[in-house]
Amino acid sequence: MTKKQFSSSVNKKILAYGKLPNWTKYAFISAITLFFLALYILFFGIQAFFQQLVNGIQLGSIYALIALGYTMIYGIIRLINFAHGDLFMFGAYISCFLGNYLMAHNFRYPFIIVLIFSMFVTALLGMAIEKIAYKPLRFKPRLAALITALGVSLFLENFLALSPQNVPFPLNKIVFGPKYIPFPALIAEKTYNIGGIAINNIKILIVVITIILMIALQYIVKKTMIGKAMRAVAFNKDACLMMGINIDKIISITFGIGISLAAASGTLYALTYGQLQSPYLGIWPGLKAFIAAVLGGIGNIPGAMLGSYVMGVSETFATSINSNFGYGIAFVILIVVLVFKPAGLLGKFTKEKV
Amino acid sequence: MKIIKNIFNLIKGYYKFILITALIYLLFQIFNGSIPIAPRLLTRYYMQIIMFALINIIMTVSLNLINGFTGQFSIGHAGFMCIGAYTSAYFTTILFKAAEMAYFPQLALFIFSLIMGGLMAAFAGYLIGLPTLKLRGDYLAIVTLAFGEVIRSIVRSSDEIAAFLNQIGLVKFSETIAKISGPRGLSTIPNLSKFWLVYLITILSVIIMRNFIYSTHGRACLSIRENDVAAETMGIDTTRYKIIAFSLSAFFAGVGGGLFAHVLRFIHPNNFSFIKSIDYLIFLYAGGMGSITGSILAATGLTILPEFLRMINFQQWRMVVYPLLLIILMLRKPSGIFGNREFSFLIPKRKEAS
Amino acid sequence: MAILELKDMCCYFGGLKAVDKFNTKIKKGELVGLIGPNGAGKTTVFNVITGIYPPTSGEIFFQGEHIGGLPSHKITKKGIVRTFQNIRIFPTLTVLENIIIAYHFRAHYSILSGILRDGNFHQEEEEMSKKAMELLHLFDLHTYYKNPAGSLPYGEQRKLEIARALATEPEIVLLDEPAAGMNPYETIKLMELIKQVKGKYNLTIFLIEHHMQFVMGICERIMVMDFGVQIAKGTPLEIQKNPKVIRAYLGE
Repeated sequence: MTKKQFSSSVNKKILAYGKLPNWTKYAFISAITLFFLALYILFFGIQAFFQQLVNGIQLGSIYALIALGYTMIYGIIRLINFAHGDLFMFGAYISCFLGNYLMAHNFRYPFIIVLIFSMFVTALLGMAIEKIAYKPLRFKPRLAALITALGVSLFLENFLALSPQNVPFPLNKIVFGPKYIPFPALIAEKTYNIGGIAINNIKILIVVITIILMIALQYIVKKTMIGKAMRAVAFNKDACLMMGINIDKIISITFGIGISLAAASGTLYALTYGQLQSPYLGIWPGLKAFIAAVLGGIGNIPGAMLGSYVMGVSETFATSINSNFGYGIAFVILIVVLVFKPAGLLGKFTKEKV
Repeated sequence: MKIIKNIFNLIKGYYKFILITALIYLLFQIFNGSIPIAPRLLTRYYMQIIMFALINIIMTVSLNLINGFTGQFSIGHAGFMCIGAYTSAYFTTILFKAAEMAYFPQLALFIFSLIMGGLMAAFAGYLIGLPTLKLRGDYLAIVTLAFGEVIRSIVRSSDEIAAFLNQIGLVKFSETIAKISGPRGLSTIPNLSKFWLVYLITILSVIIMRNFIYSTHGRACLSIRENDVAAETMGIDTTRYKIIAFSLSAFFAGVGGGLFAHVLRFIHPNNFSFIKSIDYLIFLYAGGMGSITGSILAATGLTILPEFLRMINFQQWRMVVYPLLLIILMLRKPSGIFGNREFSFLIPKRKEAS
Repeated sequence: MAILELKDMCCYFGGLKAVDKFNTKIKKGELVGLIGPNGAGKTTVFNVITGIYPPTSGEIFFQGEHIGGLPSHKITKKGIVRTFQNIRIFPTLTVLENIIIAYHFRAHYSILSGILRDGNFHQEEEEMSKKAMELLHLFDLHTYYKNPAGSLPYGEQRKLEIARALATEPEIVLLDEPAAGMNPYETIKLMELIKQVKGKYNLTIFLIEHHMQFVMGICERIMVMDFGVQIAKGTPLEIQKNPKVIRAYLGE
């Protein structure tokens, strides 16, 4: 065979592969996943398997709440909100301070008050950021908004990490400082042992709250007028402008909802770990959640949920084998999935009109 | 004979440029104390800072190749730097003990190691380019980010890789890999990055990249940025040129990494996290995508500026003020300080028939 | 001898039949028009010919060779070039650079040559500059040569796009609505320019247009499409009288 014949036959095979029906790709990915899970059970035992599964679902829930916000914001203004992880962090800190106050004054049911309050306040901050930093760049090149988002993220992290003694009044009341802060035990921890697997009431709470919020979100998006408007703006901003939809309001509301979910995740995260390491704690969860959103297809809400649980579970399993694995597995999975499904697991490409 | 004539023409054409760069070099050496006609203002510490600035110039201009000139969106540049750093350190510290060599063999080994670092990074760029070129902008960004992190993971797992190699019988190779000692960092790297060498390599790198841009191959890359569908229909193999841009950019990032390793003399995967990639993205963006001049000035300025801030005891505010400035810059002038303009001496003259 | 032949060419997007069994034979040196109401699939035909979409079925022959499914740049290298309905020039590059880029695939110097700036490089660059300026003179755009292409007035941008296509030294040029947005005076000048260029470079031209004056005035032969299907073909006079065509444009 000449070189040309060979490369054209390879090309034909690649083209043919691209035309494989979707179900074969899903089947392939599922088969590989099941294979690895079976391997794990073989090596580590069924008990460890279920334990890690439970942990993974918990982690996936934390990621899911953040990823939903990322995906909603991307869906509506095509912006990767790098500051999202930092708003997650902000929610955690707000709930810490309020929690301390409520515990000191012996309020009943401090957790739910803290949760709602932090969601609300962080959402306000998020909407303010949108108005100040993102709105002016709405019709400018997308890269400018991205860099601005980066700037907002860096600013939030580093400003809040300043030590209060170095900061002049009145700002020193706001900064959190770079050291770790213990998080109040808003809920008495109870561990249950089911078949040798340790399940925490907090773990259950996280999953339950995540499911409730996800259902609420689906309801809002699918069944309300606002949700319909959000989907319309996500689909075609300019057409909505011409239809008399107030896109500013819709975008603000989207931000508000997405960021409140991140704040909820922050509160739950802080509750689980019992302490807040530093104002930089949002970077890695934010990044992983973002990868999860891309994995599921960015802009796609069910995709963000799916991607997050895939991420959470695989990360937990991988970390239990070797901490280095856990660190890199997220990225490897992402690359593998994107090679097979370039738009993410549930994502769809919109074709550019030529 | 022809080569000599070519070189002579080259020098004749560039005499102004050569003069200016030689002058700047002389100035540095004067204030460094090597030529004792002025007080020694630049201590070893400052000279090191200047070398970092030079390395950052190489990194930023090479990032500009992909992001600015070819219009892609790559945010994993530190990954290439990591590959280059570890590869070149491998040759000078692990395989051969460069510190114990005489001057000329040492220099030759160093240059060889830098080229190897660049080639390994370029190979990685090629690998990354292949599957990702089907991906749309945001997905490409994520994959490049993920790739950078995967590289770090691999370096971190050097002990495990060494153990594996030992098991399959490659004992000698395994020992050298073990010395990379990922999570503990690689130390005792010899100080081979002499100022004149770093300066020279920086200038050569910038010239090579600039010559590439102002040739037909560079224009092919530009056309991809401007309108890739149109470029494809004008006979330009966009896939091939994206890969070329990636590989070339990665090569220089690898060289920069190698130089970096031998200035810092200790490298650790944490030096090359995505936070570092973001640093270069900020330099690039502030300077202006598509402007080599902008990249040079921004890289220099933003590397040296923290030192001034340190002098006036302002350093913890650096990462608070920087992002704020970045945000303001994006809101005012989204195309960066220089946009895509250049100093005139960087743009070659075109002989036009009018 | 047909230079471009389409046999039962189909392009389906899932359930949507954008182009259904399109047949045509275009001979060398012809000037053929393709008209039809909006959404008829005309641009899709061009997109399939130039490799932007692969044909779902059917065959495309160019000078006897199979070109269906090839990537766009390979098709251009064989001698087919096109312009775009919504102008796709390179906006921040200068007018001259826009043209010179079209010579890229004919340049032979390697990347290394470009970096070292040797004799090959200078020689080929000079040649390309010269040819580009000549082309700009022909299109009366030479005064703009240093300006960024995006700053040109709309009509000049359209001319630039055509000039850039010609710089690839093609056999056949596919023009997608070249006269869109032009006033009657500009339209007439464009018609003359196209005829001039066609004669000078010995081109075959296949064009899509809505401007009836343009189409009827310049085309030797016209095809009409509606809903992805070819509904009529013939000379301009025959087309004007064809009842199917009238129904497609004006309804029942």
